[in-house]
Amino acid sequence: MNEPVLEFRGINTHYGPVHMLKDVDIDIKAGEIVCLLGGNASGKTTTLKTILGMVTPTTGDVLVNGEVMTGSSTTDVVAAGVSMVPENRRLFKRMTVLENLEIGAYLRGGEGLEADLERIFDLFPRVKERLGQKAGTLSGGEQQMVAVGRALMARPQVLLMDEPSMGLAPVLVKQNFDIIQQINEAGTTVFVVEQNAKMALSIADRGYVLVTGRIVLADTAEALLANPEMRTAYLGEVE
Amino acid sequence: MATVVESALPGPELAKAAPNPAKIARRGLLGGLVGAFVIAIGMFQTFDGRILIVPVLSLGFVALYWVPVLFGFLASSDLRAPSDPGGRPSVAQVAVGASTGALAGAAVWLFGLIFSTGSLSDIFIRLTERASELLTFGRGFGFALIVLVGGWALLGAIGGALAGASPRLRHALVGAVVWTFGAAVLELVVEDVLDEVGLSFVSRFLYEINGGMKIPGAIVVMVLAGLASWAFRGGFSRARTRIRNLEGPARRKYGLIGGAGALVVIVVLPMLLGSLVNELLANVALFLLMGLGLNIVIGYAGLLDLGYVAFFAVGAYTTAILTSPISPRFAPMLTLDFTTIDGWIIFGTVLLAATLAGILIGTPVIRMRGDYLAIVTLGFGEIVRILFLSDWLAPTFGGAQGVRQIPPAELGLVGVEIAGINPQSIVYFVAVFVVIAVYVSYRLSKSRLGRAWSALREDESVAEAMGIDTVKVKLLAFVIGAILASFAGMVFAVKVGSVFPNSFALLVSIIVLVVVIVGGMGNIPGVAVGALVLIGVLGGPTQPGVLQEFQEFKLLIYGALLVFMMLKRPEGLLPSVRRSRELHQDEFLQDAWLDPADATESDEDRA
Repeated sequence: MNEPVLEFRGINTHYGPVHMLKDVDIDIKAGEIVCLLGGNASGKTTTLKTILGMVTPTTGDVLVNGEVMTGSSTTDVVAAGVSMVPENRRLFKRMTVLENLEIGAYLRGGEGLEADLERIFDLFPRVKERLGQKAGTLSGGEQQMVAVGRALMARPQVLLMDEPSMGLAPVLVKQNFDIIQQINEAGTTVFVVEQNAKMALSIADRGYVLVTGRIVLADTAEALLANPEMRTAYLGEVE
Repeated sequence: MATVVESALPGPELAKAAPNPAKIARRGLLGGLVGAFVIAIGMFQTFDGRILIVPVLSLGFVALYWVPVLFGFLASSDLRAPSDPGGRPSVAQVAVGASTGALAGAAVWLFGLIFSTGSLSDIFIRLTERASELLTFGRGFGFALIVLVGGWALLGAIGGALAGASPRLRHALVGAVVWTFGAAVLELVVEDVLDEVGLSFVSRFLYEINGGMKIPGAIVVMVLAGLASWAFRGGFSRARTRIRNLEGPARRKYGLIGGAGALVVIVVLPMLLGSLVNELLANVALFLLMGLGLNIVIGYAGLLDLGYVAFFAVGAYTTAILTSPISPRFAPMLTLDFTTIDGWIIFGTVLLAATLAGILIGTPVIRMRGDYLAIVTLGFGEIVRILFLSDWLAPTFGGAQGVRQIPPAELGLVGVEIAGINPQSIVYFVAVFVVIAVYVSYRLSKSRLGRAWSALREDESVAEAMGIDTVKVKLLAFVIGAILASFAGMVFAVKVGSVFPNSFALLVSIIVLVVVIVGGMGNIPGVAVGALVLIGVLGGPTQPGVLQEFQEFKLLIYGALLVFMMLKRPEGLLPSVRRSRELHQDEFLQDAWLDPADATESDEDRA
């Protein structure tokens, strides 16, 4: 629980003239659940894109397992052990569940596929029943399992989750965060990007709050939950 | 044209119980408009030269008289509840069909009356006296009124009755008509095969010596086809579904049987056909080869490449300048002889040139998506043609003069040399590459790369986030497609014996695309069917098909077919299972109507 698996060191990202991320520093240590909280247009998605190498930061470095990945291709970043569960799940709906899972393991080739599939089935027994079905025919909750399974097939060091609560019924959101806790207990570091601050902080070890591209708060989850500023601004509580 | 009747089944949304006069009027007038259009563009008159059944029926009459049947059918289908299995057509259905037909006939009659004054012949130069003579059977417009209103009412009533008939009966009747029409249209092919297998007495029975079916022959074909359709109704598609649902070794067994059967046909069929039909078959195979290549680019990887002809040109020109003794800049005068090293040098060079061209054209365009990719590739296709045409490169490629005197090839399998004057040899030559292309396509579709292409086609961003190197994977699709097209180019150079920039016009790209779309994207047998139907029957961009009369209407029919396919059957004639589901996803994707994402969209502002 000490060596950082994912680090942002003084990241600045620009989209043309727009300054999206401003001196962002994040570090995520092995075994943690860390959440990044922020509203619309706060730079959450840009942060994820920067991690995955889809956007190159203007200054600063992204480190995965202590190795500088700034400017690397997405393929290299994924190969280094980062994998993502995209917002709204975004399964390949017309491919079968099995094919979706196999795509998750794309970079590793076929090796160890069976064992990994078994691991996913242990985590989500429902997925096993649905293997031959087109992913688009699954229910929302099942799709979420497959989306997480697909990301886990890459055997990631750190799992990025983009708005896991987005577009899901409350009961599914709860289920979803249970899943995150479960895979974290199984040994995967998780970085959750979320608008739903209360939910995210309830399972996270630490949290960062991003406002218009700047980290304004960084603390342990309990501290953030107790922070009066946080309570009024993000947790929707009236003083 | 007759096949349209079968597939234009109405959607359930048209279902309505009572006859609706406004709807009948609309359908009738639309039918009249279609009829007038067929006459105005000259299809009716031109096709009249092709006799289908001696002496009663010409292709021209089929081209016009399918109108009341179809529109009667459509109008009558409006009355059928979607759940009604059909059985006995109601009086209302027949009456609606008849009135629709009569209305269409009256409209056509009126159109005939107007153009017979010569007032429209400035705009529609095909509206000659011959046209009105044909329309009126040379007996004046009084007689024509009886035929066009009365006769078309009868045809409309038949169409109307057909809509109410039990599916099995309808299937049998449509089968009878389609098969007879097919036998008449494909006379050339059927006659060749029958004569060659020693059944010439059958062909004598079926066909007149001067062309056209004999009446007894037509009746026998019609009855046999009707009975067969009655007996095997849906048997084919049932068998197909059953085979599709098989898994593992059983499935593979059927695959092997199918493959072996196809190989036997490839080997035996050209022997049975005369050189005229072999020539057509060679064109079909050539476009099939290109279609298979484009299918990888579009059907597998989802990249809409409209400049595909560029790679065809590269293959043809590479072969030409390496083999022709009068190639402008240098004349290595290698022969495309695969029994010597020469042939393999050419083969390797073509492969290399296509790969380079694929990378060169692919690299700049590959980062674009969808429409942009289509437009830019379209531009590149034209650039390549204009480069070959240019004065700048004329010292190498001969400019507008092209490269001529390309010598025959040698495969080492058959004893004959492969040259355009012997179309049979060309068929075998292309067949070799087609077999390679089919094998490559099949293996790719099952491979890791094939899966990456599927993912890419569905959601490029997520595919990228999964670590798929999208640029590399797309470029691979582009290059593999390019290589297959260049093989087609190589064969084309040998077949024609000369290459000119004009052989590589945009139209070639478009027609290959239509072959892939009509046949069924992403599906190998589909592409074969598409090539057979389009290139074999209608003809290629410059190559005639079985229906040589279609030559001047080819683009019109291509266009109409494309529109029809896009509207009614976007998955193609023989769809791949996956494609068909993609296109009809509303009917099967739970998300389309029951996604919790839609239900809780308003939760967005909860944080």
